[in-house]
Amino acid sequence: MSNMQHITGFATLENPLDIESFIAKGGFSGLHRALAMTPLEVISEVKRSGLRGRGGAGFPTGLKWESVSGDDERYLVCNADEGEPGTFKDRFVLEHAPFLVLEGMAIAAYATGAQTGYIYVRGEYPHVVASLSSAISRAVKAGYLGAHILGSNFSFNIEVRKGGGSYVVGDETALLNSLMGNRGYPLLKPPFPTEKGLWGKPTIVNNVETLAYVPYILTQGAEAFASIGSPDSPGLKLFSISGHIAHPGVYEFPMGTTVRELAAAAGGILGNLKAVQIGGTAGPIFDTAALDYPLDFVSMRKAGGALGSGALVFMNTTVNMAHVLEVTMRFFAEESCGQCFPCRYGTRQLAFMANKIASGQGRLEYLDLMRDTIHVMVGASFCPFGQSIAFPLESLLDRFGDEIVSFIKQQEFLKEAAV
Amino acid sequence: MKNVTLTINGKKITVPEHTTIFSAAEQSGISIPALCRHEDLEPKGACGMCIVKIEGQPGYKRSCVTAVEEGMKILTSTAEIRDIRRGILELVLAAHPADCLQCIKHGKCELQSLAERFEIRDLRYDRYTRGLPVDRSAFGIVRDMNKCIGCGRCVQVCNEVQTVASIFFHGRGSNTIVSPAYGTTMGDSVCVNCGQCVVYCPVGALYEKEAIEEVWKAIDDPDKIVVTQIAPAVRVAIGEEFGMEPGELSIGKLYSALKALGIDVVFDTNFSADLTIVEEATEFLERLKESGPFPLITSCSPGWIKFGETFYPELLENVSSCKSPQQMLGALIKTHYAESRGIDRNEIVSLSIMPCTAKKFEASRPEMCSSGARDVDYVLTTREIARMIRQAGIDFRNLPEGTPDPLLSRYSGAATIFGASGGVMEAALRTAYELATGKTLEKVDFVDVRGMTGVKEAEIDVDGTVIKVAVTNGLANARKILDCVAEDKRRGRSSYHFIEIMACAGGCVGGGGQPIPNTLARRAQRIEGLYREDRSLPLRKSHENPEIKALYAEFLGSPGSERAHALLHTKYRPREQYQFSQ
Repeated sequence: MSNMQHITGFATLENPLDIESFIAKGGFSGLHRALAMTPLEVISEVKRSGLRGRGGAGFPTGLKWESVSGDDERYLVCNADEGEPGTFKDRFVLEHAPFLVLEGMAIAAYATGAQTGYIYVRGEYPHVVASLSSAISRAVKAGYLGAHILGSNFSFNIEVRKGGGSYVVGDETALLNSLMGNRGYPLLKPPFPTEKGLWGKPTIVNNVETLAYVPYILTQGAEAFASIGSPDSPGLKLFSISGHIAHPGVYEFPMGTTVRELAAAAGGILGNLKAVQIGGTAGPIFDTAALDYPLDFVSMRKAGGALGSGALVFMNTTVNMAHVLEVTMRFFAEESCGQCFPCRYGTRQLAFMANKIASGQGRLEYLDLMRDTIHVMVGASFCPFGQSIAFPLESLLDRFGDEIVSFIKQQEFLKEAAV
Repeated sequence: MKNVTLTINGKKITVPEHTTIFSAAEQSGISIPALCRHEDLEPKGACGMCIVKIEGQPGYKRSCVTAVEEGMKILTSTAEIRDIRRGILELVLAAHPADCLQCIKHGKCELQSLAERFEIRDLRYDRYTRGLPVDRSAFGIVRDMNKCIGCGRCVQVCNEVQTVASIFFHGRGSNTIVSPAYGTTMGDSVCVNCGQCVVYCPVGALYEKEAIEEVWKAIDDPDKIVVTQIAPAVRVAIGEEFGMEPGELSIGKLYSALKALGIDVVFDTNFSADLTIVEEATEFLERLKESGPFPLITSCSPGWIKFGETFYPELLENVSSCKSPQQMLGALIKTHYAESRGIDRNEIVSLSIMPCTAKKFEASRPEMCSSGARDVDYVLTTREIARMIRQAGIDFRNLPEGTPDPLLSRYSGAATIFGASGGVMEAALRTAYELATGKTLEKVDFVDVRGMTGVKEAEIDVDGTVIKVAVTNGLANARKILDCVAEDKRRGRSSYHFIEIMACAGGCVGGGGQPIPNTLARRAQRIEGLYREDRSLPLRKSHENPEIKALYAEFLGSPGSERAHALLHTKYRPREQYQFSQ
């Protein structure tokens, strides 16, 4: 297995559910290694690796594990509710390397003292639910899950749960609400799930990709992982590449790889690049200056964005930014959970104005009103969802505002000319 | 408990730890605006109006769900905060029908008042309406989701305080709607018509189903005799509609007002409260004699009755067969009163004035026709009768103390406390003790069963038998006791002899038809008013009421007689939780 491809290395298995081939490739050796250590040693190893959560926020995984406290009844939840548009890396992992995720979960559970794990799978991935269940039963049969794993005193069971198709449930508190059968509303933090999560018990929520990198850290060592990528964001990363690009897909590269390098790896831009959205729909839309951005948590923050889920959507010069505005705002209006007023009503008005603009009925005042609206939403939305809309909206208005203004004026001219 | 000192708008204040910033500000005289927070409910932080700036922290925090910390420096009204609040209000108003002038909440709407307070003079957003049908299917409550601002108070009250769970959030984003499950209507749902959602709604999205027009018509009809009755809890609350204090007794003014409205005959539900006690005490003593079935559960609260029929059908044999005072008096008005005056019962329009939206449902139950016709034709809530009094231009506060009409209106102190949680139990004990022992009860105050506490218990020695009683208010509290009773039943035992259940917190004083605000604090003040009247009355035991004695002598015979059963008792039936109408 090359250092440059951990997950994609396992993903080359002909049959992803063939546990024997997985083991032959070194699978579950991370779990063996972990069980030979104390839970605290495992946490310390993961801390030293510098692994940061791959769901979007980039919180240090080891710190999260360490912060679990209180009750002995604990849960581990694998967040597989991959809803960020342009993001399909977790799906790739679950489809091609399910055992890697199960192994990562078993190690995480051992380290944090969780007895039960849930994999919360996005509702739109029904085939993943089926294959995961089958992977779990194979792993149980082979002694890697269930009671007394590998003859140790450690027991851990995993159940699969299917989401109902809400974007907001990707937020860990909303996800836990959904798991408990409640509406997928985000909760206020604190208390953090690591203190009070599922049914009030300490709960770790980790992203699929995060968990899939855990076995690597155990087998190769924290230093090996930390030596890859950027100093503040070490390790490998899965990037979901789509849009006007020759070979869209999932690419595994070290953190800090530039947008230009990734575009080249994916066969190059189709046509002339105009814009690229990084980190998902809740990320900013950049112009061509983004080609030289190194893709890691710290560099992207410096560039005024966020690495987010590691999604890159390339757009060439054929794209009308008024339409990008419309699609983006409609997405948020459809996905707002509706719990808080600023987001519930704000997304609706933003989508309404963006729709008017895109359909040629826009007014220039809308642009200011959109900025005022996002100001209210950033100030008073309950959860990060309502605040994150500022990224795509403000970046569109700042970088492509001229184009949108001319589009509005042009449509007005055409209407007058038609009279 | 530790104290915390913090600075709000430059003013130092000290409050107990865990206090929210919102409450701390309130205590130092600063009113932070809110659309979803309510003093009686756990804050959820939905509206975002209550944001404040905490020095040294990024962004803004919701003051209703953020606890104070030592040394915090807080600003509650900066230019940017006002800007954001105005922005939220504009967003809400753009989605809200602009028909304030026709709205039942006009002048009492929390959204309207905040819009005024924050000078929302024009809307930059395009308005939109949801075009949803108005749900008039329930007997007591109208649900107009076009006006809903999604604050969630009704959902909290219905699910957490009442555990009826008739309504919940459905849909997402701006399509979120408060609705019964499966998109069914309130009328087909488990809704018990308690109206607690109505009294907590900040806008006009949930309100009582009005009967004012029909009542005016009846009053104006020269061929009709309008006979009315007034429930115990109305007399200590209606004054609030006219600027009086909660708990101020205004029954005399109400008698005068009803006469001034042109109502022909004014009786008092307090009379039939006494009657209920005599019948129910008799029923209780019979069960004591026959050793059960215990516990006997009171039946005055129609919200509880539907709740019991829906969720505890196995306990229906425990529920007293006595009708509620409203239905007892309704039946007597169209029989005894009609006969004694030589009037055809079809000429009578039987009207009751109730603190309750569920009473509208109760009056329309098919079995409530013991007189041969509807025993109660119309039910008006306290709020509706106040509207009629205002329409007629009557100066309520300065009315003279009027008197009701004889025959069915005298009452004891035991009757008036029916309006408070624990009142029915206390009244029943006063009578049951004397009927069972033949001795005079010296100490008539059963203070253990009084007050706003959700579940109250007491033991009373009746001639050597220890009677164990429980009193609950608010249906979540009823559930606690009912679950015990159901468990007892499965195990073939009983822990209580007698249980009083009132659907609403505090009892009828907090009913869904009472003046708004209908906060727990106001309910407590109204309760005090009722006990004040109880203490002031010459008679404090129901069976001593001379009109009750006369009623048995002249019309009913004895308590529990055949005629009493035909007119004053009823049966209950198990209900499906959801009835899907085609």
